Amino acid sequence: MENLEELLIKGDKRAIARTITYAENYEDKAKEIIKKLYERSGNAYIVGITGPPGVGKSTLTDKLIKNLVDVGKKIGVIAVDPTSPFTGGSILGDRIRMQDLSQHPNVYIRSMGTRGHLGGLSKGTYMAARILDIAGMDYIFIETVGVGQSEIDIVKIADTVVMVLAPGLGDDVQAIKAGIMEIGDIFVVNKCDKEGADKTVVELNMMLDLDEKKDWRPPVVKVAAQENKGIDELIDKIDGHKSYLIESGTFQERRIERLKMEIIESIKNRLMKDIFDKIQEKEFSSMLQQVIDKKIDPYTFADELYKDAFN
Amino acid sequence: MVDKEELEKIKRKKEEWEVNQRQKLLTKFPERKKDFKTSSGIEIKEIYTPYDISDIDYLEKIGFPGEYPYTRGVQPTMYRGKFWTMRQYAGFGTAEESNKRFKYLLSQGQTGLSVAFDLPTQIGYDSDHPMAEGEVGKVGVAIDSLYDMEILFDGIPLDKVSTSMTINAPAAILLAMYIAVAEKQGVTPDKLNGTIQNDILKEYVARGTYIFPTGPSMRLITNIFEYCSKYVPKWNTISISGYHIREAGATAVQEVAFTLANGIAYVEAAIKAGLDVDEFAPRLSFFFNAHNDLFEEVAKFRAARRMWAKIMKERFNAKDPRSMMMRFHTQTAGSTLTAQQPDNNIVRVTIQALAAVLGGTQSLHTNSRDEALALPTEDSARIALRTQQIIAYESGACETPDPLAGSYYVEKLTDEIEKRAFEYIKKIDELGGAARAIDLGYIQKEIQESAYRYQKEIESGERVIVGLNKFQIEEEPPKGLLKVDPAVEELQKQKIAKVKEMRNNASVKKTLEALKKAAEGDDNLMPWILDAVREYATLGEITDVLRSVFGEYQQQIIL
Amino acid sequence: MDRPIRVLVAKPGLDGHDRGAKVIARALRDAGMEVIYTGLRQTPEQIAEAAIQEDVDVVALSILSGAHNTLFPKITKLLKERGADDILVIGGGIIPEEDMPFLKENGIAEIFTPGTPTSAVIEYIKQHVNRAV
Repeated sequence: MENLEELLIKGDKRAIARTITYAENYEDKAKEIIKKLYERSGNAYIVGITGPPGVGKSTLTDKLIKNLVDVGKKIGVIAVDPTSPFTGGSILGDRIRMQDLSQHPNVYIRSMGTRGHLGGLSKGTYMAARILDIAGMDYIFIETVGVGQSEIDIVKIADTVVMVLAPGLGDDVQAIKAGIMEIGDIFVVNKCDKEGADKTVVELNMMLDLDEKKDWRPPVVKVAAQENKGIDELIDKIDGHKSYLIESGTFQERRIERLKMEIIESIKNRLMKDIFDKIQEKEFSSMLQQVIDKKIDPYTFADELYKDAFN
Repeated sequence: MVDKEELEKIKRKKEEWEVNQRQKLLTKFPERKKDFKTSSGIEIKEIYTPYDISDIDYLEKIGFPGEYPYTRGVQPTMYRGKFWTMRQYAGFGTAEESNKRFKYLLSQGQTGLSVAFDLPTQIGYDSDHPMAEGEVGKVGVAIDSLYDMEILFDGIPLDKVSTSMTINAPAAILLAMYIAVAEKQGVTPDKLNGTIQNDILKEYVARGTYIFPTGPSMRLITNIFEYCSKYVPKWNTISISGYHIREAGATAVQEVAFTLANGIAYVEAAIKAGLDVDEFAPRLSFFFNAHNDLFEEVAKFRAARRMWAKIMKERFNAKDPRSMMMRFHTQTAGSTLTAQQPDNNIVRVTIQALAAVLGGTQSLHTNSRDEALALPTEDSARIALRTQQIIAYESGACETPDPLAGSYYVEKLTDEIEKRAFEYIKKIDELGGAARAIDLGYIQKEIQESAYRYQKEIESGERVIVGLNKFQIEEEPPKGLLKVDPAVEELQKQKIAKVKEMRNNASVKKTLEALKKAAEGDDNLMPWILDAVREYATLGEITDVLRSVFGEYQQQIIL
Repeated sequence: MDRPIRVLVAKPGLDGHDRGAKVIARALRDAGMEVIYTGLRQTPEQIAEAAIQEDVDVVALSILSGAHNTLFPKITKLLKERGADDILVIGGGIIPEEDMPFLKENGIAEIFTPGTPTSAVIEYIKQHVNRAV
């Protein structure tokens, strides 16, 4: 695409789309672009939306977008779904609930597969967020499926994490509380018109009250996303959390933490790529056969590969 | 059914047969495949004997036709009295063209009408709505206002025919239009015979022509139940449909289970709305699919009847026997038709239609051979109707009720399908009923798993489809397929414009406002819709009023 | 190409029959592709927009209602207008042979009719996807 960078700055959707494709597949190309435009970033507020499957995260995100574009905001959405570890394929189905808004000039929605990346984010999420930031988004929503502690990377990338739950999870709230209590800056009980919602709210509040050490007590917001109820209040709470972060100085801390992660992520990716590129050159399978035949052990094999990669 | 001593003898004899006959032969000639299973995955044994059905109490579980539990049929004489209603689904293009097709079908000996509507009509859009682009008149007739409905039934006496309308989300509006056309013919509503599909739950899971969310949709349905019980007593107010669930990929067991689960949800909703079960339940009707697995299909129909009778009697305490009788329409399975060697489809349809007849259907639609390619031509539609007539007049299948009863295999299958379907219903009850199970995506997920498995079986060759993955030939693309004239869309738009010019727009506005108010409250909406229809308010206008109050359904995608 | 192929599976128009679209979506997933499924009742504009934002390699359209001659060309036209005509667009459903030349002239690369094994669609995509990135 010609003038990719210029178009990206203007927020052109195709340019954003293509640059994110680079981030997912051809990191070097994406890096070149980000290097040039880095100064322009840092203005977007990143909100992580996470929670167990089936609680209505996408519908909630859809309504958040709607209420924010109505007041002139530009919104980028990254919806992350797990990639099958067996086939490498994935079905990315979150877009469906945001289709009506996706045509709005100020909305960009991208679905990403985790592609073997651990921690609940996709490979390239940091870059994708940076790209959306450069493209002038006011808010970036990153939606991930999270059911426990294995998907907590969302905390590292977001300014505010919204943990979405719904009634009818039953004892699950108890079961997953260890995983979720640390993650959420705001708790949402979606489908609050359904039976059992109040009970879920009470349980959550009780659990949150146990943790007195924190100076930010995460609020619990009742929402019925489908009916657009409680969305304004949720936006208020997100803004409230932002103010808290700024006033307490935590905002800067979090952002520095995120930068560190972004840098480490990039080093990791590059290391992995370099090593595996080299490994592919070497005859991996024939060496593997030696391990199978017990001529060498797997750790010596790994050390050798590693050394070779850096020579 | 056989005494104990006799059973022991049969059992011993079977064991001998197994060793002396079967096993011996198997060493030389193994069976064609390792597992024999029905489409629902029910294992099929090497042989069925009285021993297999010894635990089935004849009087309790099988009985007599016209008597509880109706396993053998809902009427005492079945087809010895009269044949099923031969009802071919038809309709395309404009009301004028469809009217012609109806008259042709009636002249060919068809005994009931079945109206197919185009998608904009089914989803409550007028033909001039942007979403209707390219769809007008395509899969059925386009109806925008009472004006089109008058043309559709022009010259057809509505007190003489029974009319089935495949309409769901806007069923109340189309029914109102039908009543209004009858009024103009001088036919009072109590003389009207027919069916509206009116089954929204299966739209959410399988067919896709939903408009409103679950709650308001259920209200419209119970409004129709109530209204018809008073004013249109001979009308079948709902056709609880397994057909589309099966088409979407469900197995025979799932078809029965999910259809009856939906049926339970409707009955519960109506009772909750204050209706007495025996007031509306006799007008509930069902709609099933007929597939190729002949014996499983027959067993399916028998099991479904028995289950519904039991559910109505024991779960809902119905007293009127008519509330316990499951009357159903059947259509042969569109999804089994192949685009390859389309004439083979005639044979498939014959087997499927025979299954429906042996299963005791009340009415039947046989698909045309070319339906995997396009809408049926007149020739194909005639062969399809002739298929029914040959079964009726020539096959001998209609000379005694439920002729397969007592087959060890069929009775065992009937029992097994019932068992498995009740397990599903139990699971759905645990989830909080059909509507909730749909919200959770449970039913969709089950159907999709079956659909995907079926596809994989075909691709691996494990399941043979003649002409598709075996016995293929090189063939020329078929010619002479029916095409809908794209001019229909323009024509409909002109008609809407004309109607909007001719009608009394002030009255239209008034009736629509009144409808809105009623929708916001708790009134039965039928009279209000009827008022608007009589003033020639369009389908789209009426639906929009309801959309503004009820909102729209959000699809649950489960993949 | 070592990156996963990205496919948008879309149902244009009002047709509610999604058995085929869903079976294809799953088969493509199982073949290692990233599949974005749009759900029912999508306008050509929504489909083109989704294809662009998701930067897909392939758009797979499914329609059984007979509205293909109107809706398919609209989608390819919209993609072209936005410079995204390098996306491979394929279609499936009840589509008569005689409509195929018209659809192909209008940018639909291939049409798959009932009875096509999913493996044939997968193979076709693998061989024909060719986006410059």
